[in-house]
Amino acid sequence: MGASAFEAVIGLEIHAQLQTETKIFCGCPTSFGAPPNTHVCPVCLGLPGALPVLNRRAVDLAVAAALALGCDVQPRSVFARKNYFYPDLPKGYQISQYEQPLALGGGVDVEAGGQTTFVRLTRIHMEEDAGKSLHEGFADSDRRTYVDYNRAGVPLIEIVSEPDLRSAGEAAAFFEKLRQILLWLGVNDGNMEEGSLRCDANVSIRPVGQAALGTKAEVKNVNSFRYLQKALEYEITRQIDVVEHGGRVVQETRLFDSAQGRTFSMRSKEEAHDYRYFPDPDLPPVAVDEARRAAIAATLPELPEARRQRFVAAYGLPAYDADLLTQTRGIADYFEAAAAASGHAKAASNWVMGEVLRRMKDTGVDISRIPVTPEALGGLIRLAEEGAISSSVAKGVFETMCETGQEAAAIVDAGGLRQISDDSSLEPVVASVLEAHAAVVAEVRAGKDKKLQFLVGQVMKATAGKADPTRVTDLVRRLIG
Amino acid sequence: MSATPPPTARALRDALARGDRRAADVCQEALDTTAARDGALGAFTAVAVERALARAHALDAARDAGAAPGPLHGVPVAIKDNISTRGIRTTASSRILAQYVPAFDATAVARLEAAGAVILGKTNCDEFGMGSSTENSAFGPTRNPWALDRTPGGSSGGSAVAVAAGLVPVSLGSDTGGSIRQPAALCGVAGLKPSYGRVSRYGLLAYGSSLDQIGPFARTVEDAALVLGVIAGADGQDATATAEPVADYLGALTGDIQGLRIGVPRAFLADGVAPAVLAAFHTSLEVLTARGATLVDVDLPHARYAIPVYYLIATAEASSNLARYDGVRFGYRTPLEPGDTLRQMYERTRDEGFGPEVKRRIMLGTYVLSAGYYDAYYLKAQQVRTLLRQDYERAFAVADLVAMPTTPTPAFRLGEKTDDPLAMYLADIFTVSANLAGLPALSVPCGFSEDRLPIGLQLTGRMFDEATLLRTGDAYQRDTNWHTATP
Repeated sequence: MGASAFEAVIGLEIHAQLQTETKIFCGCPTSFGAPPNTHVCPVCLGLPGALPVLNRRAVDLAVAAALALGCDVQPRSVFARKNYFYPDLPKGYQISQYEQPLALGGGVDVEAGGQTTFVRLTRIHMEEDAGKSLHEGFADSDRRTYVDYNRAGVPLIEIVSEPDLRSAGEAAAFFEKLRQILLWLGVNDGNMEEGSLRCDANVSIRPVGQAALGTKAEVKNVNSFRYLQKALEYEITRQIDVVEHGGRVVQETRLFDSAQGRTFSMRSKEEAHDYRYFPDPDLPPVAVDEARRAAIAATLPELPEARRQRFVAAYGLPAYDADLLTQTRGIADYFEAAAAASGHAKAASNWVMGEVLRRMKDTGVDISRIPVTPEALGGLIRLAEEGAISSSVAKGVFETMCETGQEAAAIVDAGGLRQISDDSSLEPVVASVLEAHAAVVAEVRAGKDKKLQFLVGQVMKATAGKADPTRVTDLVRRLIG
Repeated sequence: MSATPPPTARALRDALARGDRRAADVCQEALDTTAARDGALGAFTAVAVERALARAHALDAARDAGAAPGPLHGVPVAIKDNISTRGIRTTASSRILAQYVPAFDATAVARLEAAGAVILGKTNCDEFGMGSSTENSAFGPTRNPWALDRTPGGSSGGSAVAVAAGLVPVSLGSDTGGSIRQPAALCGVAGLKPSYGRVSRYGLLAYGSSLDQIGPFARTVEDAALVLGVIAGADGQDATATAEPVADYLGALTGDIQGLRIGVPRAFLADGVAPAVLAAFHTSLEVLTARGATLVDVDLPHARYAIPVYYLIATAEASSNLARYDGVRFGYRTPLEPGDTLRQMYERTRDEGFGPEVKRRIMLGTYVLSAGYYDAYYLKAQQVRTLLRQDYERAFAVADLVAMPTTPTPAFRLGEKTDDPLAMYLADIFTVSANLAGLPALSVPCGFSEDRLPIGLQLTGRMFDEATLLRTGDAYQRDTNWHTATP
């Protein structure tokens, strides 16, 4: 059988840190990067006698994510203990949800390879993060492992998808889509380097046309879109290879090594833990009644897909623009404010997609830190659209606005940058350019129309870019005769 | 030993509040008595001499400066060693915590201190509360002051003995399946297990989290009411501590039990109860009816499953609760050799740190929760627990409280049941169901066996109705003097 005779079946489990100020069961801060073991207390260290108390804000954020993803939020969900020993797990169990999760069902549309697929979600549940084992970086790291418990007790949601994904590319697109939505909601910061968004994948293959699922492998440690795609591509090929050589895929957990671009067996099904889940007697069931659900639903922002469609319908933007402008909520908000302030939606779209995104990329700042407010950008766009300044001048004004924080009009006035479009001012300049370039004028007259642009360019140069190029072109044609 | 009973907490506090006595003198006296007598008893695992005296002096100074005395002003108290005390070693009588000094107080301890109590020290218990004789302690057994060759019961044996022997007027214990009431009965003092959620468990070293409650030992029911009023109430650090209002427990002690309906589950008491215990029980019911109470028959058909259900649920929870004792962050860690693996560290630490009964229960609980057995054991036990709760609901439709002996026999001999865990487990036959149902239950002294061993009467009440229990127990003590007898 050839590779095309098989199809991949993939489901993802995504862990997202909830953007709360404090941990899920105690008052310690959740901020990243503090010195080791400074954000700890008896509760998150699992000291004898300490007890967890649920952070309501974490529930609100988890419910917001569930609602945005179309899930059924359960009126009653139950925390359970997942029991296993590991030094980074202070209590010897992780508080998670098992038989009765926070939310069931839901799903998102995913576009990949020109196709749109609805990927169903199985569930969303809440849990606490573990600490972090530090295996290197200390003088005695060859002999000891240190543990940092700052992360222990940080709130997470785990989003589990159905095995609805059929390719590595589709899986990566799904992961990206979820990241976009979680960021959009302010539920998660999307920071994959710091581990606040993590992904595991369940992968199997089966002959095309077969309904039954093949034996799956769980691939862990795929914490970027690129790694997820690479790991899945490798794993799919590996499994097909096993089957084609007469072998059987075994159920196991595999680890992705990004340096080698391969997956490695971590533990077999036989070595898998029996987590001995049972309801945590320290925590009452989580109740989310209709009133609370409705209150959280009312705070949900317009979601990216709806906003994208509205941008096309309400502003007449091309789908391409709408896609780019809705990549984050901050960009979409910025665009809409600039469009309103300028009265020119398409021009605002061009400016945001062009200068603003470029500025963000060059300086590495988020849209919220761009020194030009969308209202100020609107002022600049108005000057450009009204013909008061040329487009090349406008770009320079934008740079100045970024550096100085001044309004566009003030910069234009102070620099005498207004576009020269009255013929009486332009005619003498055009005349002197034609005189200085008599040979070129002759070529144009001889039919080399391309040379006309050279003459226009010379006029622009002579006016320091302020001349209205359309007017100049007209004048050059007229004076050449 | 003294013939007149030592003063109650209430009397002591009133004398201190009036200025008749000084907290430092009371504290010194308690320390002296303990030093003189505890060698033979083994009630304490640690006596916090300097801390207690410093605290007593500070209370005297505050009183001199005009501060209002708290409800337990200057009263020396003893705390079971599975309850966290900041700066005082808290071992749960386990080798694994032999050197563990907590950085925080249990809520109940903080509330006692805020009320003016002086923590005298920590008391011996069965390791992590697992036992019924205080013999499962890494630091040796505690002895019954009424007969030194007998156990005080357990697991809160040290706290029961500290009160019975007159070392302190009141103490705190914890009760998961009878660990306050059974030693209270066997030592001739009052012991109260509050409703589940009535007292914060924050700082209580968890054994069976859905069953554990902290509660008081005292010689009088009045003192138990006094202490409960101090430690009860909602706590932002324990999600299972209820916001249910705390009643005025002292105010409830009116002596009036006219018309009170006392349910007696006669079928449940038919077998295995020592004749002296049964006789004392029936006599105590006569005392209560003489005060105006009436007796009604109630049936607790599922109570006979309480012991197996308890040993499935409590051990399941324990297997998880005790996972944190792993040698990583605190407590005992086995000496490591180069090349030892993480797994070896875990195994040796826990093997060397835990005693045999704790290991037995961890293994049982691990099994109960294992894949393939969970439904048959843990889930089934939870279902029977619900049936038992319904038994009580039916009983409380016709009765205001349920009366039973606290234990089937008086105190047994040291070593008598240590090789027979099942026989030991049956010592809790009458106490475990209150924990499984979450209900409050009180044991009060109600007589002596022929060889002068105390016997206890157990009253079980409606959820959060400690007031009725205490009123009844206090009324009973107004008509009897078992509680004034001293060993």
